[in-house]
Amino acid sequence: MEEKFAISIYVCNKPGVLVRLTQTFTRRGYNIDSLVVSPAHDVAFSRITVVVQGEPSSYDQILRQLNKLVDVVHATSHESADVVDREMALFKVRVDPNQRAEIFQIVEVFRAKTVDITDESLVIETTGDSLKIDALEKLLGPMGLVEMVRSGKLIMKRGIEET
Amino acid sequence: MNGAQIVVEVLKKQGVEYIFGYPGGACMPIFDALVDAPELKMILVRHEQGATHMADGYSRATGKTGVVLVTSGPGATNTVTGILTAHMDSVPLVILTGQTITPNLGKDAFQEADVFGVTMPVVKHSYLVRDVKDLSRVVKEAFHLASTGRPGPVLVDLPKDVVSADWDEDFTAEIDLPGYKVQTSGSSKDIKIISELLAKSKRPLLYVGAGAVISGAAKQVLKLAEKLQAPVTTTLLGKGAFSEHHPLSVGMLGMHGTAYANKTVVDCDLIMAIGARWDDRITGKVSEFCKDATKIHIDIDPAEFGKIIQPDISVNGDAATVLDELIPQVKRLDTKEWLKQIETWKKKHPLKYPKRGGLRAQHVLAELDRLTGSNAIISTDVGQHQMWAAQFCKSTRERQWLSSGGAGTMGYGFPAAIGAQLGKPEEVVVAVVGDGGFQMTMSELATAAINKLPLKILIINNRYLGMVRQWQQLFFDNRESGVDMEGNPDFVKIGEAYGIKGFHLRRAGDVTKVLKKALAYNDGPCIIEAEVVKADNVFPMIPAGAAVSEMLIDEPPASKKLKKPVGST
Repeated sequence: MEEKFAISIYVCNKPGVLVRLTQTFTRRGYNIDSLVVSPAHDVAFSRITVVVQGEPSSYDQILRQLNKLVDVVHATSHESADVVDREMALFKVRVDPNQRAEIFQIVEVFRAKTVDITDESLVIETTGDSLKIDALEKLLGPMGLVEMVRSGKLIMKRGIEET
Repeated sequence: MNGAQIVVEVLKKQGVEYIFGYPGGACMPIFDALVDAPELKMILVRHEQGATHMADGYSRATGKTGVVLVTSGPGATNTVTGILTAHMDSVPLVILTGQTITPNLGKDAFQEADVFGVTMPVVKHSYLVRDVKDLSRVVKEAFHLASTGRPGPVLVDLPKDVVSADWDEDFTAEIDLPGYKVQTSGSSKDIKIISELLAKSKRPLLYVGAGAVISGAAKQVLKLAEKLQAPVTTTLLGKGAFSEHHPLSVGMLGMHGTAYANKTVVDCDLIMAIGARWDDRITGKVSEFCKDATKIHIDIDPAEFGKIIQPDISVNGDAATVLDELIPQVKRLDTKEWLKQIETWKKKHPLKYPKRGGLRAQHVLAELDRLTGSNAIISTDVGQHQMWAAQFCKSTRERQWLSSGGAGTMGYGFPAAIGAQLGKPEEVVVAVVGDGGFQMTMSELATAAINKLPLKILIINNRYLGMVRQWQQLFFDNRESGVDMEGNPDFVKIGEAYGIKGFHLRRAGDVTKVLKKALAYNDGPCIIEAEVVKADNVFPMIPAGAAVSEMLIDEPPASKKLKKPVGST
C-alpha cells in the first residue's frame, strides 16, 4: 500500500537542485503531491517542503539518497506531532447573489475569508491543515465550486530547534 | 588571463597528467590554452566515448582522477555512455564539456545540447558555469567531489563566452559545498558490535567489493582475514582487494562466480560486505540470499544500507579506516571445520573447461594468467570473455583488474586499457575483448598506435555475441536472434592498416607460443586474434533472479528445460 510522507529539505540555492530532487523521487516511483520552494532565512539556501506518495518500504532509502545529493544540506522526515503544518487554499464558487448566505455561513464556520466577490462568483481564502482544506472542498463541491488552488503543505518544527 | 587559461591552471594545480579529448568549436579556447601547457598531455582520441573510457581506465589503474575534454552538442553526448560506466562503478572523472555562448543557451544554437540536463542522472554532480569568476572554484570543487567519499564523475559545462572572458584570477577561492559530507571513520560502538558478532560466528565470509579497492584497503582485508581465519570472496570489481592465490580466497562470487564461492555464500552464518553493494548479480533472488546469516555492511555511502539487503549492522565509513579500527578488536575464530568444508568444495568443483574440441577462450586466458604471473593489468570488455577472464585471470593486487561491472558497457575494454597503459607505462597491460565489443570502439587503434603503447589486445573471437547467444540457448529454446557476428573483419589485417603488429591464434597447440611472442613484443600495441570455438558457454551460472543455491555448476543437458529468468536482465 502506498503512503504519504512529508519531507522538509534544506538545500543550497544552486541551479539544478530541484531537478535532482525530483529525479530521485521519479526514479523510485514516488509521486509528488505537493512541493513548496522558498528562500530560507539565509538566501544562499532554500527550504523545500514536499509531500510524496509511494511505497513505505523504500522511504528510508529515498531519504538517504536525497541526503546524498551534493546540494542537499539535510532532508528530514517529520512525524505530524512534532510539527506545525499549514496549507493555504483559494476556492472559486459560482453563486447567485441570493444564494450567497449559505456559503457565507460555511466561510464563517471554517474561519475562512471571502476575498473576491462579483455578481456570479465568490473567491474564498482559507488556511489550515490539509484535513481542514479537504473538508471545505467537500462542502463547496456541490455548491458550484469552479476551481481550487492549494499552496501545498508548509512544515515547521515545533519548539526552538530548526526544521 | 581568460577563462580557458584559468581552467588549464587549475588542472595543473590538481596535478593532472593526461587529458583525453576531442576538439570542436565550443571548446577551442581551452584547446588553445593547452598549447601553452605542455605538462598537460592531450591524448587526441577518435571518438568521445573512447575518451571517457580511457580516462576511466587511467583512473582505475592509477587511483587518480581521469580528465576528459570535449566540445558541445554531439561531442558531449558521446561521453554519456562513458559517464554512466564511471558512475555505476564509482570512478572519479572530471568531464569538461564545451557549450555554446550563454546568450544562446536554450535557443537551439548550433551544436547546443543541454548536457547539464542530459547527464544529470549519471553524474555524482555537475555544473554549468555562467560567470568566469566562478571557474576556478568550480573546477576545484569538481576534482574534490569526483575523488572524495564515494568517487564518481563530475561534469563541468563551459560556455564559450565564459572561457573566453578575461578575469584576473588569484586562485584563492575555497571550495564551498555546505551540503557535502563524507564520513570516514565508523562509530566505535558499531565496530564493537561487529567484533562481537564476528566472535560468535562459526562460518564467516568476508565479501569484498570495489569500495575496498578504491579505499586501498587490501592490506587491511588481508590482515583481518588472516587474523579471523575467515574465507574471502571478491566481487567482479573487488578483484585485487584480496589475492585470489591466497588459501583463504574463494575467488569471485555471483552469477558466474566459482562454485565454491557461491556454496560458501549459501552456507555461511555471517557475511560481511566491505565496500560492496549486494548487486543483483550477486544476491540473485534477494529473499533467499543468506537468509539465516548475520549481515554486516561497511560502506562509505550510507544510501547503500538497506537498499537491497537489510543489514543487522552497518558502519558508514571508509573501508580501510573502519577495518583499522576493527582489526584490534577481533580474535581468531575457530573456523577449521568451515575451511575444511570449503577446501572440499574447491577440490570437487574447480573452475574447468573442456580440453578438447578446438581452441577455448578459457585455455587462452588461463595461459595468459600463467605467463604473466597473475601480475598484468587486465582490462576487459563485457560478455562471455569478461566472465572467463574474471574466472581464469587471477588478481593479486589492487587496481590490476579493470572491467565495466555496473553498467556492463561493451566497448569499454580497449580504450580503458589505453588509459591504463598511459598511467602505468611500466606494466604489462592486456585488453581482453570480444569481437562484438571491440568493434564498438576499435577506432582507438589509432590512439594506441600513435602513442606507441605496448599494450596487448587479446580478441576472443567466437563470431558471436556469445553471452546473449548463451541465454538464447538456455532460456529461449536456442532460438538465435541477432547474435551472429557475420561480417567480422580479419582483425589482424585491421591492425596492419594502422601499422599495428598482429598474431593469429587458431590452434590450442599454439597458445603458449603465440602469447609468449605477443608478450615479448613491446614496440607498440599488438593484436592477438584468438579464433575460439563458436558456441562455448560460461559456467558456473546462477540464472538471473534465481537463488544462489540454484547455481548450475556445469552445462545442463539439452533436454533439461530452464525457466526463463525473472526479475533482472
